[in-house]
Formats: sequence, structure tokens, C-alpha cells
Amino acid sequence: MTGRRPWWKTVLGVVLTAFMLFPVYWMVNVSFTQTRDLRADPPHWFPWDPTLDGYRAVLDDQLPALGTSILVGLGCVVLTVAISAPAGYAIALLRLPGAGALSFVLLVAQMIPAVVMAMGFYAVYVRLGLLNTIGGLIVADSTIAMPFGVLLYTAFMSGIPRELIQAARVDGAGHWRTFRSIVVPVSRNSTITVSLFAFLWAWSDFIFASTLDRNGDLVPITLGIYQYIGNNTTQWNSIMATAVVASVPAAILLVVAQRYVAAGMTAGAVKD
Amino acid sequence: MTTLEARRRGPSATQWAAVGFAAPLLVYLILFYAFPLWRNVDLSVHDYTIRAFVQGNAEFVGFEKYAEVFSSATFPVALWNTAFFTVVSIAFQYVIGLALAVFFRSGFRLSGLLRAMFLVPWLLPLIVSSSTWAWMLSSENGIVNTVLGAFGAPQINWLTSPDTALVAVTVANIWLGIPFNLVILYSGLQNIPGEVYEAASLDGAGPWKQFWSITVPLLRPVSAITLLLGLVYTLKVVDVIWIMTTGGPGNSTTTLAVWSYREAFGTGQPDFSPAAAVGNVLILIALVFGVLHLQLQRRQEVS
Repeated sequence: MTGRRPWWKTVLGVVLTAFMLFPVYWMVNVSFTQTRDLRADPPHWFPWDPTLDGYRAVLDDQLPALGTSILVGLGCVVLTVAISAPAGYAIALLRLPGAGALSFVLLVAQMIPAVVMAMGFYAVYVRLGLLNTIGGLIVADSTIAMPFGVLLYTAFMSGIPRELIQAARVDGAGHWRTFRSIVVPVSRNSTITVSLFAFLWAWSDFIFASTLDRNGDLVPITLGIYQYIGNNTTQWNSIMATAVVASVPAAILLVVAQRYVAAGMTAGAVKD
Repeated sequence: MTTLEARRRGPSATQWAAVGFAAPLLVYLILFYAFPLWRNVDLSVHDYTIRAFVQGNAEFVGFEKYAEVFSSATFPVALWNTAFFTVVSIAFQYVIGLALAVFFRSGFRLSGLLRAMFLVPWLLPLIVSSSTWAWMLSSENGIVNTVLGAFGAPQINWLTSPDTALVAVTVANIWLGIPFNLVILYSGLQNIPGEVYEAASLDGAGPWKQFWSITVPLLRPVSAITLLLGLVYTLKVVDVIWIMTTGGPGNSTTTLAVWSYREAFGTGQPDFSPAAAVGNVLILIALVFGVLHLQLQRRQEVS
């Protein structure tokens, strides 16, 4: 901002960031550590003698779980976008009757504890035989992102110039046509943000997975790690290797889509 | 003009179209929000055992389960733990987040990159960060004890001693929440015009004075929303605590949310009715703060 950019601030910033990210470094460090060195005293601050055993264990044990998580994440993205984009259009551009009440309901829905939703879903699923199914988990996980998706689309679409919509209407386009060929393409950034969060939240979900998909053949990666911890309390290098692999989507997001992430985090809390 | 037309002819074609576009969401909300929530209330007023669950013939007991929950010895403990965990978490998250936001706002080389790196804890799956913290805090080989030991501190059983377990999970949760506070407060800071600071510094106000007489008052609305959202989010935390301590040792890290989770899913003997009752109490607490949050946000939009 000012012409003067003191270096000491950069140094302090690097130190603070290093301190903040130390747990992440430690996770990576432990994932490369030999099993016999895990309990070394003093601990190995750096994997001088790295091993890939942990990652080999991931490949052997967790590939199906990773596949399940990707499937559940993508399913959530499709479901969330398919429902929230048209709803945002209805609220923002078509003067939906009762839109104010609906927005209020969505804000409140975001505040319901996941554990309560999990119990409700369990009670419903146990009757319908949907426990331990991928479809059931996709629906439950999508409830995490759905209110956020609708609110984000609504906020963005409210800013689309009316003239653009009017012009399409004058040209004879119906509501569906306007939505598909104008509103959806213009809202591309919102779709990216909603998809990112829907995927990330579904990928990270532990509560729904651990309650609705406990005994499934196909468990997602979060539950894979959890069961791993329960079974191999000594193999922390394998556990941490799994954790590193489970963090890959987050890392990719940070690198390729950081501005969408920050935009999405702010959207829920601060109005422009 | 259009509203007048709509009034004359009843719902317009556009409004019917609006209902059509919103219909999937309405169906979704009824099936996947309202119905599970209603089932949850239903669970809490019946005596559901696992057998009654499958057969669907649970006995109606009214508010008996709520009475059981309130008179349980766990209730005051869980309430205190929830209060401690929530208040201490958001207080530290907010103060650290604000300090970092002010620091990053001053703009220096690499500040954008470093600020992005601070998002990492928020993006990681909770199971990943929680198990990493559990390993770092482990009694004998944990890095935290090793570092403290280098300064002559005795071994601390962070997660296995009832005296420190609640502090340990709170520390991990503070770490998790810093990015959220940083991002929100940073964007709030950016909405304060730079001229205000320039004018103040022309008047001879130093950075400390500027912080207290400009930043703090002008940031108050954003701060209130950040704190309330933090409160609502922290109230419902289960994963972090469950993965690190499963609410133990004893009940020393059992919050209301963890208690509910444990009753329903955490033991071999699922006890859904009291779990649902605890969950509904939790919803009520969250809603009180949630409505407060909405009220604040609305007032902010008006002004």
C-alpha cells in the first residue's frame, strides 16, 4: 500500500505462517518416518531416512475408500448445483412468493447441528433400508452445502443486470431458456464456488459417514482413517500417510481456486 | 408497474415459473430437512430401543426423556464443558484472527501468499487435523511434550488426564477456527476506507491509537457477526472432540453435542431417545444465538 514495505514484516509473517502450519508439516514428516523411529527420543524433526511404507499401506488399504469419497463428493456437487441454481434464479430474478421466509429458513437450516441431522437421517434410513448406501450418504452430505449454495446463487444472481434478462425475454426466450443460456453461464463463478465447497464438505464429512455408513462395504476416506486409528494404534506413519492423501483435495483447491475459497468463506458472513 | 399487474391478476406467469424453479428445493427441504428433524422430535418423546426402532412400536413417554436428561449427572458437566469449549475457543480465535488480519492488512512482500497459506487448517478434513493433534499431544512421544520437556516441564498427559483434556481439545479447536476469523475480519478491514487512517495519522494518531479509535469501532458489526457465527458453529462441534478423546476421560470433554453423539452412536448400545432430547436442547441453544445473528445482520443492512 505505502511505498515502504519493511522486510521485518515479511520475516514475521513467514515465522507466524510456519508456526501455524507446523501441525501440517508434522503430519507430512510422520508419514515418511520409519516405524522404529516413531517413538525415538528426541523425535526426528525431519525424515532423514524416509520410507514410503506408509504410502504403500494407503495404496493397499485405502484405494476403495478414496474412490468412495470421490464418488460421494461428485454426487453432492451434482445434487447441490442442480437444486440450488434454479432455486437461486427463482428467488433472485423471478420474484418467488415467500422468498424472504425461504431465505430465513435456509439461514436457520445452516445452524442445525449435524449430529441432530444424523440421528434424524438414521431414523429415516433404517426404515427405508438406505443405511450403508452411497446414495443415502450423498443425500445426507448434500444437506451441509445446500443452504449455502442457494444463498450464494441468490446473492450473485441478484446482481445480474435486469436488462440482460429483459433482452432475452424480448427475443422470445422463455424462463427456462433464459436460465439455461444466460443466467447459468453468467453465474459460472458461483457454480465453481458452490461446487468446490460441496465437494470439500462432502469429502471432509465424518459425522454422517460414521453414523449412516458405519457398516458399509464402501466407506469414505474419513471413516477409513478413523477405523485405521482404531485398528493400528502404533502405525502412525500409515495413519498420517492416509491423512496426507486425504488432504490432497484441500491442497489442490488452495492452489487452483484460492480466490473462490476466500469468496465463499466470506459470502456467508459479510454482506457487500 | 409489474407489482400492480401481479396484484390485479393474482400470481403472474413469472411467479408460477418461480415456483417451478424453486420446487426441487422445496421438496428437498421437506424430505431431507423437515422430515429428519420431525423424526428427531419423534425419537425424543418416545422410548426408542434398538428393537422398537426396527419394529416401530416405541412407547410414547412425552417429556420424560427430557426430564431424564436434565436430571442426569452428566448434564451440568456437559453444559459447563460446552460453555468452556465454546467461549474460550471463539475468544482466542477472534483475538488471534483479528491480530493477524490487522497484520496482513498492512501489506508486505508475500502477504497475499502467506495469508492464503493460513487457510490450510480450515480446508483440511477434521479427521486429518484432529488425529494429527492427537499424535502431537500424545503423552510419551508427542512433539508438544518433547518441546516443553526441553524447557524442563514434566510430562503432561494432555488427552488422558481429566485436568488437561478439555484444554487440549480447545487448543486444537482454536487452531482450526483461526483461518475463518482471519478471512472474515480481513474482508471487514478492507471495507474501512484508507482515508480514515490517513486522516488519523495526519492528526498524529499512532498505530495503537488508530487501532482502538478506528479499527475496533468500525469493525464492530463484522466482529459481532463473526463471534455469533463462531458460537453457532462451535456449539455443534463433534468431530474434533470425538476423534481426540471420545468425550473422555470420564466426561471431562463431553459437550452437549458429543454427549448426544455418544448416546446414539458412540457405544454398542444405541440409546436414541435421550440422544435426540439432548440434540433438541442443543438446537434450541443454537437457534437463540442464530436468531440474534440474523437480527444483527438485518440491522446492519438497514444502516
